[in-house]
Amino acid sequence: MDPTPYIAGVGIGIISWFAFLLSDRPLGCSTAYARTSGMIEAAIRGDAARERPYYRKFAPQIDWEWMLVLGVVIGAFVTAVVTGEFALIWVPSRFAAAFGPDIPFRLVVAIIGGVLMGIGSRWAGGCTSGHGISGTLQLAISSWVAVIIFFVSGIVCAFLIYGVGP
Amino acid sequence: MTDALQRLRQNAPQQLLLGLLMGIAFGACLQIGGVTRYDVILGQLLLTDFTVVKVMLSAVAVGMVGIHLMRGAGLAELHIKPGSVGATVVGGIIFGAGFAVLGYCPGTVAGAVGSGALDALVGGVSGIILGAGIFAVLYPRLEASVLHRGEFPTMSIPQLLNLNPWMVVVPVVILIAAVLVGLEYAGL
Repeated sequence: MDPTPYIAGVGIGIISWFAFLLSDRPLGCSTAYARTSGMIEAAIRGDAARERPYYRKFAPQIDWEWMLVLGVVIGAFVTAVVTGEFALIWVPSRFAAAFGPDIPFRLVVAIIGGVLMGIGSRWAGGCTSGHGISGTLQLAISSWVAVIIFFVSGIVCAFLIYGVGP
Repeated sequence: MTDALQRLRQNAPQQLLLGLLMGIAFGACLQIGGVTRYDVILGQLLLTDFTVVKVMLSAVAVGMVGIHLMRGAGLAELHIKPGSVGATVVGGIIFGAGFAVLGYCPGTVAGAVGSGALDALVGGVSGIILGAGIFAVLYPRLEASVLHRGEFPTMSIPQLLNLNPWMVVVPVVILIAAVLVGLEYAGL
């Protein structure tokens, strides 16, 4: 048995206590991307972008959750360096084994996947963190539905993409 | 104690710092758990590697007990998200497709960037930002059409069933523990 997934899970559970206690909010990540898209649109189009109904709901500014996502990058970086796992890679090995090592192809696929994820996470009102962990641990109805759909759809799509049995 | 908590929760600069610190810890956990790797996430979706399920279920079990204890002591409040068939189910299907195509989610993609995955940085992060922007453009039309179709009650399962929360928390934690023991027993 490999204990590392459980060490990570217990750690994330404890971090969620601190998020509720000290910040009165659940851990979540996807809103930060919507705020960033608003900040980019505001930088290009000016304040007209801020008038979009969605950005009036989620103001294009740096907030707690935006800092959380920035922190995830830093925390994963430091940990990866300390454990010797840091490595610059363009094409993950499992992807390369199935579809070849072509970098532009992987990037196009990743952008398409990212766009779907950006649309889907905002459409569903949360992601694997906001619904999948923070929502389910509160026993929220919407979040249990969301996490089940996330995985059912993800599993079906992964099998379609890879076209193989387990 | 509660006064100090209220002041801390309303102190914007301190909240930004807390968000950063909790994010650093969160990122460290994601990296330790191995879920910042495309191969691990696709392994989960192809049902050959159950690391993602192990991380999520243990986080949910530990978090659930703590949040309900703090709630009982008046130190935490629930933040239940609204949902509907049109929002949660339709959005969830799109999310799942993105999950399988990208191989990261909005949290783990940030961790993957930290661990050196350039596909996560160049493709993943920019794609998610672009997708969120597309959603913001579509939002008024979606809001008027699909997002409120078949709304769920904005409540927790114990609230819906009108039960003491522990009547649900305890069985769910036992169920999670049983699933995790079963996964290890099956060698998954």
